[in-house]
Amino acid sequence: MRRFSTVLFSDDAAAAAPARPTWSMRKHLAHLSEEALVALVARGDEAALAELYDRVGGIAYGIAFRVLRDERLAEDAVQEGFLAVWRSAAAYRAERAAARTWIVTLVHRRAVDLVRREERRRADPLELVPRQEPPDPAGSAEDEAWLGFERERVQDALRLLPDAQREAIELSYYGGFSQSELAERLGLPLGTIKSRMFAGLARLREVLDEAEGSWTPRLTS
Amino acid sequence: MDTETHELIVGYALDALDADDRARAEDIFARSDEAREELRSFGGVVTALAVGVSGHAPRPELRERILSAARAEPSNVVPLEARRRSRLAPALGAAAAVAAVAALAVGLWGASLSTELDDTRSALERERAAATLLADPSTRTVDLRSGDGRLVVDEAGQAVLVLDDLEAAPPGKTYEVWVVDGDEPIRAGLFDGGRAREVVPVEKSVRAGTQVLVTVEKDGGVDAPTTAPVVTSARV
Repeated sequence: MRRFSTVLFSDDAAAAAPARPTWSMRKHLAHLSEEALVALVARGDEAALAELYDRVGGIAYGIAFRVLRDERLAEDAVQEGFLAVWRSAAAYRAERAAARTWIVTLVHRRAVDLVRREERRRADPLELVPRQEPPDPAGSAEDEAWLGFERERVQDALRLLPDAQREAIELSYYGGFSQSELAERLGLPLGTIKSRMFAGLARLREVLDEAEGSWTPRLTS
Repeated sequence: MDTETHELIVGYALDALDADDRARAEDIFARSDEAREELRSFGGVVTALAVGVSGHAPRPELRERILSAARAEPSNVVPLEARRRSRLAPALGAAAAVAAVAALAVGLWGASLSTELDDTRSALERERAAATLLADPSTRTVDLRSGDGRLVVDEAGQAVLVLDDLEAAPPGKTYEVWVVDGDEPIRAGLFDGGRAREVVPVEKSVRAGTQVLVTVEKDGGVDAPTTAPVVTSARV
């Protein structure tokens, strides 16, 4: 029988092993779900983090930019959000949210924290309808086409809401205002804001579900 | 759930709560399945709201900035002791593990469609078992000294090899897995290779101090390795 011990325990073998090429790794991750990618990130897999960024980074940046209206601040929010993914992937709870939703929420929370610190925004007039700048090419033509379609579908759904409900949702999610800040700014009882937000989001969920059975974000690779 | 709780969950989903309400919501999620379910049901629509304002692309350098910053951080892997403690909080962790396994199994299913149906069934069974192990946070990862991938081992000595870029075994040949305890390699399973990512359950117990390796052998396997290993793990 061949004796392996000398070969196996030698450190030369480790030194001779080539560094893992990140780019060739990526194609192996393309068939994995985002939840599985988060499980890999929890194990310190950097290629999995890169794959998650490639799939969700554009959407995360979009919402951060909408909240912060500033490219550098939006990039900071995305960076902090993805580092939170990196640090806390082991704490991700799949029964609370899809991985994509979890990541978008982490970035959105960073953006909201930043905007609540910004005195500048406090002086802005309240803006009820999100201003849609012409999109820059963010990815492949196919991804762009899908995003364009989804964007329109979501905006159509928002337009179906009564103004008061749409206002509550847009000002909180896109404007970064908390429920109590909104109540104060709009001069309404807190309970009114809460119930408008609930009714609006429940209605929106219904409209988007109707249109597509259930709203599942497409997995891009 | 009362109206107030429904409203709290929506406020949480939209990130519209002040710190004390946010803590109150977290509290409710920790103990109510129903509340977690409801939060999840709003996930799609909240992501849709983000997609609704997408279109601005970040500068390309942001990607590398994030990866460099992640690389510069101390390991994100939770220390074993902390994991053991967290396992004592049962329901949440278990449910998350099941979801992760389901997600992984779906991914692996796609990878196994090309094999014959029976093979696929048994492969799927093996992969489910492997996925269960991979999703278990109490397992640890052992580096490979040669070959591209890693070895994942649980406390009971169950192990899975995750191998990348291993080409298919030549005609008439197979890959054979070995667990080396001292000088004695013990047969621990066969596989064909050729997938972008191969998930191979190790069929023998992998205890502390052993190594796992893979050699190329003739079809059906052999009793002792006859070629130099193509994959060698560090000592477990």
